[in-house]
Amino acid sequence: MFKYLKQLTSLVAMVAVLFTFTTESMAAKKSKTLKNTQKKGFVRCGVSQGLPGFSNADAAGNWTGVDVDVCRAVAAAVLGDANKVKFTPLSAKERFTALTSGEIDILSRNTTWTLSRDADIGLTFVGVNFYDGQGFMVRKSSGITSTSQFKNGISACTNIGTTTELNMRDFFNSRGISYEPVAFEKADEVVAAYDAGRCDTYTTDKSGLAAQRTKMKNPDEHIVLPETISKEPLGPVVRQGDSVWEDIVRWSLNTMIEAEEYGITSANADSMKTSDNPQIKRLVGAEGEMGAAFGLDNEWNLRIIKQVGNYGESYKRNIADTGILPDRGPNELWTKGGILYVPPSR
Amino acid sequence: MTVIAVVLVFGFFTYNAQVNMENRGIDFGYGFLSQESSFDVQFSLIEYDGSHSYFRAYLVGLLNTILVSVIGIIIATILGVIVGIARLSPNYLINKFAAFYVEFFRNIPLLLQIFFWYFAALRALPLPQDAEAMFGISFLTIKGLFVPAFIWQNFNIFFYSIIAAIIAIIVIRNRAKRVQETQGKQTPVLLISIGLILILPLLSFLIGGVRLSFEVPVLKQLATTSFIYEGGVSLPPELIALALSLSLYTATFIAECVRAGIQGVGKGQKEAAASIGLTQNQVLKLVVMPQALRIIIPPTTNQYLNLTKNSSLAAAIAYPDLVLVFAGTALMQTGKAIEIVSITMFTYLSLSISISLFMNWYNNKIAITEK
Repeated sequence: MFKYLKQLTSLVAMVAVLFTFTTESMAAKKSKTLKNTQKKGFVRCGVSQGLPGFSNADAAGNWTGVDVDVCRAVAAAVLGDANKVKFTPLSAKERFTALTSGEIDILSRNTTWTLSRDADIGLTFVGVNFYDGQGFMVRKSSGITSTSQFKNGISACTNIGTTTELNMRDFFNSRGISYEPVAFEKADEVVAAYDAGRCDTYTTDKSGLAAQRTKMKNPDEHIVLPETISKEPLGPVVRQGDSVWEDIVRWSLNTMIEAEEYGITSANADSMKTSDNPQIKRLVGAEGEMGAAFGLDNEWNLRIIKQVGNYGESYKRNIADTGILPDRGPNELWTKGGILYVPPSR
Repeated sequence: MTVIAVVLVFGFFTYNAQVNMENRGIDFGYGFLSQESSFDVQFSLIEYDGSHSYFRAYLVGLLNTILVSVIGIIIATILGVIVGIARLSPNYLINKFAAFYVEFFRNIPLLLQIFFWYFAALRALPLPQDAEAMFGISFLTIKGLFVPAFIWQNFNIFFYSIIAAIIAIIVIRNRAKRVQETQGKQTPVLLISIGLILILPLLSFLIGGVRLSFEVPVLKQLATTSFIYEGGVSLPPELIALALSLSLYTATFIAECVRAGIQGVGKGQKEAAASIGLTQNQVLKLVVMPQALRIIIPPTTNQYLNLTKNSSLAAAIAYPDLVLVFAGTALMQTGKAIEIVSITMFTYLSLSISISLFMNWYNNKIAITEK
């Protein structure tokens, strides 16, 4: 009798051990970053020190911009409230260290996706929320209308710690033009120095040029040259090694873009629950179990669309209506002649 | 016991950093120093462009830091001594003006002063095409100071002549000292020295075959309204603004050190010196200064160190110093934060220690040796 009892207890113990293993693997699936974020009650998001249209704080300290909206979308998805975000303004130089050291959990700061960044420094890029390219700004009065008119000895103002410095060198070198690079740590100083006449041209991403032009003493005196000298796909970045968190950020962004594709807006999202199209129903949490794999409930994507809006709404609100870049160019949906194309939510 | 504690604390931090870096997939290593840097720098004392290595970029930054520190230290010392003495002047106007200068510049944060000299002065400067020539050959513009370049022939002979003049002056000085000690006769050392340092290099021109010509900067049009000077030497406005603000700021502290040093010498000393028939100049040179210097040197050393460390504020106004080039752009491009920051910290530490050692040596040399 005791013999059987012994066997029985070992069996119970084995089952118990197995059970703890399964519950633990379920818990382990919930990412560490997600757990910390839910415990803290806010998403820690790294943004720029002020780039109108992308991430810019008003006098009251409210952040707006398309980069800001990515973090708000994640907050809406994982915490249920798009306002539960703590923004940390970072210089180009500080941004990756802030992310890899764990000071922030998402870096959404007009950051170019390149091979060396993705592979080297413990970062993972999750997608593209703005397709950009580097350009040049000059004074209208200079009479320059194309980069082909650049001559030896030209001085170019820019920021340090960006791909801009490298592209600039490639550009001038390939044309055999000698130039004077004047590199500042902060964007405001670049604008001030260029505006004062220290440099003949100001070079950075074209979206940045358009945004900074609005800060000049007299914006109409400056033009952005038509040439684009590089590909700059800008997007949010997360730390390497937390694939669930990476997926949450990626699909929060994708949800915004796909919602625009299917015509779901912050205004009509609730009524879309009764749509006939299963793809639309999946995007508003009315069909399928789309949140379970992330450890989230089923209406995470509905909250994003309701609280932040789709990509088109975000673009219009932050970039088009503010007069920075009214024309969406490549950042239009693939169905409307642009290159915004995301994998389907299903 | 203390040693063990220090080792343990460092060991803990190192271990922690290693574990965290491993967790986040960051490699540690200094191999990147030999990689191609692929970024350009605005102003460099050695030949450099993006095809050189990160190590060379480091040297460029280091030399630029040393350059602005040396210029700053020289100007700050000269200005500081003048203002310090002026503060003791019996002339009311000079005295108050010096006091105003010290109080004003000492109490405004340095970073603000750097921004002021860069942005306010920058906007006040003319564009290259509007610049008035100074002495017909130099141009101070918003794009920098353009001065003629010296083009030497047989520069080495000129260089040797100066070395020869300096050696001759040292020999004559020592001799004059001995003559004065043994025979009590004074030699006009200063006049002879000035003569030597002028005549020997002059001879190198007349009979040594040294030729000097100037390359004057010429205005060149880049586009309808953009111009630049070509030829000659150009000093970027960033360097000028930084050197100016650093020296104006540090000079106030040095002035106070000088004033304290001179006031620290007892009044009785001066009166005693005057009573044995020394002239006013001799009192200052032989009695007051040797004693004042001992008070002045140690705090002034601190100011030199401060100036060198403060030069790292250069990053704010695009002067390519060590922090901007190496701990800025290079850190960004490689992502090697721990490696680069540790090298930068170690470099500043070495710079500061070198300055300290030199000043300590000088301090010991002028200290009173008791017999």
